[in-house]
Amino acid sequence: MDTTHPQVLPEGSPLVRFSGVTKCYGPLTVLDKLDLDIAQNEMVSIIGPSGSGKTTVLRVLMTLEKINDGVIYVDGEPLTHMPKAGGLTFSTERYLHERRSKIGMVFQQFNLFPHMTALQNCVEAPMQVLGLSREDAEERALNLLELVGMGEKKDQHPTRLSGGQQQRVAIARALAMRPKVMLLDEVTSALDPEVIGEVLNVIRSLNSEHNLTMIMVTHQMGFAREISDRVCFFYEGKIAEQGSPEQLFGDPQNERTKQFLHAVLDAS
Amino acid sequence: MEWRWEFAWEILPRMLWATGNTLLAAGVGYTIAVVLGLVLMLGQRTPYRLINMPVRELVEFVRSTPLLVQLFFVFFVAPQFGIKLSAWTAGMLTIGLHFGTYLSEVYRGALEGVPKSQWEACRALNFTTGYTYRRVILPQAFPIALPGMGNYLVGIFKDTPLLATIGVAELMHTANALGAETYRYLEPYTMVGFIFLIISLPTAMGLRRLEAAVARAQGNTRH
Repeated sequence: MDTTHPQVLPEGSPLVRFSGVTKCYGPLTVLDKLDLDIAQNEMVSIIGPSGSGKTTVLRVLMTLEKINDGVIYVDGEPLTHMPKAGGLTFSTERYLHERRSKIGMVFQQFNLFPHMTALQNCVEAPMQVLGLSREDAEERALNLLELVGMGEKKDQHPTRLSGGQQQRVAIARALAMRPKVMLLDEVTSALDPEVIGEVLNVIRSLNSEHNLTMIMVTHQMGFAREISDRVCFFYEGKIAEQGSPEQLFGDPQNERTKQFLHAVLDAS
Repeated sequence: MEWRWEFAWEILPRMLWATGNTLLAAGVGYTIAVVLGLVLMLGQRTPYRLINMPVRELVEFVRSTPLLVQLFFVFFVAPQFGIKLSAWTAGMLTIGLHFGTYLSEVYRGALEGVPKSQWEACRALNFTTGYTYRRVILPQAFPIALPGMGNYLVGIFKDTPLLATIGVAELMHTANALGAETYRYLEPYTMVGFIFLIISLPTAMGLRRLEAAVARAQGNTRH
């Protein structure tokens, strides 16, 4: 029995804790005994070369993928595991279903439901999963669509919306579940350059006015530097270096970080 | 041999009555196929090998053998093993099974046509699997399945003449009988072909419109 991972984290623990998390795809190790804490209201950016495991961090936290080793805790409780006979065992689907709503995710490709309007996209989950009435769910969805500047487009299907508009609806859809932590997976990577700004503005306001806990995987170095409380540089499934944006971008210590920043900043 | 209108006129009532049977056979056969196809598709998708392996084998087997052979087998051979079915029952079950296997492939392709990312979006919103299917996956799979489903509707309709071989009194069977009674084959067979044509063409056109309407209703158009 694994004794390094408690069944419950003590009071005052971080909102999210990765404890020795390993994730492999076949022979390939994408996350290598990762330890990472995310505090309440913290905005953490994850940067790094492709294949460094940064998107996988979000995917395993969203429970889209199972981990091979270690435990992820959310809100003091284990998420990937559940208590059993004094130790921990892998979560059942039912256990996950009771906890997954604490986490919201926005995808690179938006993944809106194409057969539903913007409003319907935002109403479904609160009604079905949280049990809200249609009136309450619609009121909540409308407020959020207004928040992301998409109120007027509430009756449009996604195919009628630009990429930036779709992504803003996707953000509203995730927010409608009132998650404790929002995961943003390269949310501007699929967008045309001229609409990236409108999505970044939404994230900016979520951070400054609503103080959401967010983990953001991004290639927008300028944005990460501006908005983050902390930046983590991933390399080969591990955090090679982390720190405040000023420190990581201004005075990187790790050789890999220097090389990476050099390469991406040269390119832009 | 010359075309005789008065003969054609004379046999028209029997031909129309037989058309009713043809439509009935196609309708019943298709209904069985649509439902059975769903069962076969689900059977193939279950994670239990004890179920999905035999179902897969059955689907492959039925798809790789001719419908006519299957009809003969069920109607003429099965009775020797104590399974006695009427021509109608044997015909409907066989056509239903045969086209059910095709439709299961249509459904499978349609489900796989819905991007994996839609499943992930549902999971991220914490939908149950059942709700994910009902509200997100099936509504998107349906328009993908529709053209294939329509093709097999017309396909079943056009294959119903095979039922004549086991004695179902549909159009072809009636035309055969009229030919045997009167030694005139020109009019009955021409009328069979014509009746099939005037039913198939509008049906196919109707299906196209339905596809377009469904696509529109789902907001999947850009115009």
